[in-house]
Amino acid sequence: MTALPTRKAEAWRYADLAALEQLWPLAEPEAITVSAGGDYTRAILNTGGVIRITLTIEAKASATIHVLNASATYARVEIEATLHEGADFTLGGVQIAGGTQTAEIVATVRHIAPDATSRQILRSIAGGTATASVLGKVYVAKGADGTDGQQSMRAMLLDRTATANARPELEIHADDVQCAHGCAIGELDANGLFYLAARGIEPSRAKALMLQAFIAEGLDGAEDNLLAHAQAALEAVL
Amino acid sequence: MTMLTSMLAIENLHASVADKPILKGLNLTINAGEVHAIMGPNGAGKSTTGYVLGGRPGYEVTEGSATFNGQDLFALEPHERAASGLFLGFQYPVEIPGVSNLQFLREALNSQRKFHDLPPLSGGEFIKLAKEKAGLLKMDMDMLKRPVNVGFSGGEKKRAEMVQMGILDPKLAILDETDSGLDIDALRICGEGINAIMRKPDKAVLLITHYQRLLDYVKPDFVHVLAGGRIVKSGGPELALELEEAGYEGVA
Ligand SMILES: Nc1ncnc2c1ncn2[C@@H]1O[C@H](COP(=O)(O)OP(=O)(O)O)[C@@H](O)[C@H]1O
Ligand SMILES: [Mg+2]
Repeated sequence: MTALPTRKAEAWRYADLAALEQLWPLAEPEAITVSAGGDYTRAILNTGGVIRITLTIEAKASATIHVLNASATYARVEIEATLHEGADFTLGGVQIAGGTQTAEIVATVRHIAPDATSRQILRSIAGGTATASVLGKVYVAKGADGTDGQQSMRAMLLDRTATANARPELEIHADDVQCAHGCAIGELDANGLFYLAARGIEPSRAKALMLQAFIAEGLDGAEDNLLAHAQAALEAVL
Repeated sequence: MTMLTSMLAIENLHASVADKPILKGLNLTINAGEVHAIMGPNGAGKSTTGYVLGGRPGYEVTEGSATFNGQDLFALEPHERAASGLFLGFQYPVEIPGVSNLQFLREALNSQRKFHDLPPLSGGEFIKLAKEKAGLLKMDMDMLKRPVNVGFSGGEKKRAEMVQMGILDPKLAILDETDSGLDIDALRICGEGINAIMRKPDKAVLLITHYQRLLDYVKPDFVHVLAGGRIVKSGGPELALELEEAGYEGVA
């Protein structure tokens, strides 16, 4: 890819093309292979720019990647994971965008052999005139029976002027596959807000705590450093 | 002659949920130093009473009044009611992932202190207080480091609520089925916790319950039967025993 992409390309539809031009041409994606039976975890903190990773997870290996896109003019993380037989992949992603920021996570999970499992848990918070987008694709090749691929994408808007995009996509060429995707752009849990209020917590703090709860699922099991950055980014957009 | 202001005075309270009238003329007065119990069949409006007093969105007061230490309760936001000393124990405590009990309680206590123009408690002071109250309810500090109610058993959730009550030190506690889901040991621990925290001359308790068993530990001064959205009978502690034997239909 040498020419600057345009919005016609699905994967770049919501990108900040002006910011991208400054970064162009992008370096080749970082290639990582988790060898058969291995275990890999990675925490990605993106405070600006484009981070691209191509992950190959060999038979019965497992990988967990946590992504935090925060506090940048333009932050984009692309993950392409290829799962061999019985491999397991978890992608937990959180993006917190305020002001005029653009944040995006573009994930492609390819099940190319039987019995691999994957889950993508992606949470976005956008305020100001920020745009937070998530594109997540699960591709299941012919013969990749017994695949279990889950996608959960949720977004919260702090202001009416903010934008969130969530695009789950499934492409399935095998039988006997369990894939589920859900996406929602919504409001904070009213039961939780009332519970906090009933303990005397003022509305602005109750909202902050419920947003902390909202991103918790995306960063479940992530290292403390990433959690601390997420907390700081959250306080910064409120 | 001095006029005593009651802790809670509910007069002719009518309330609806989703446009459906649930409370239909509830009257109840609770004074400092008293423990009251409201009993009643499923669907009588017991939880609704607690939610209306706590200010839960969607629970609409259509008629009547409630004063709390002389203040118009319904003029206050839910968090202001709590900061004014009203504690609502939930029948189903809410899970809040990603927020530890300690963070939650410190925010709650300091929010309430801010409401009264008091400075926040330091981290050290707070931990000392939390340890003391957790100890009272035989709850491990490690539990308080975990997210609010997440993965807690029914009994642990109720004990955690009592720890919250101990830390927040309310004037009036409305406890909605605190005894449900408790085994006999947890029941005793919660009962003793309620007594230790709330059995004081300047505090009051409204226990909402189905069963007599909690009342063996927390002895009520008054027992009321709620049915069809109103109090249909009031009496002393003996009324709870009568209800246990004769059932609601036999008594009310
Ligand atoms: N959110 C709600 N929407 C509609 N009806 C409700 C709601 N909550 C409670 N109710 C109704 O209000 C009545 C009283 O409920 P509740 O106060 O929970 O009773 P109790 O606690 O005494 O068992 C019941 O008929 C119940 O179905
Ligand atoms: Mg109830």
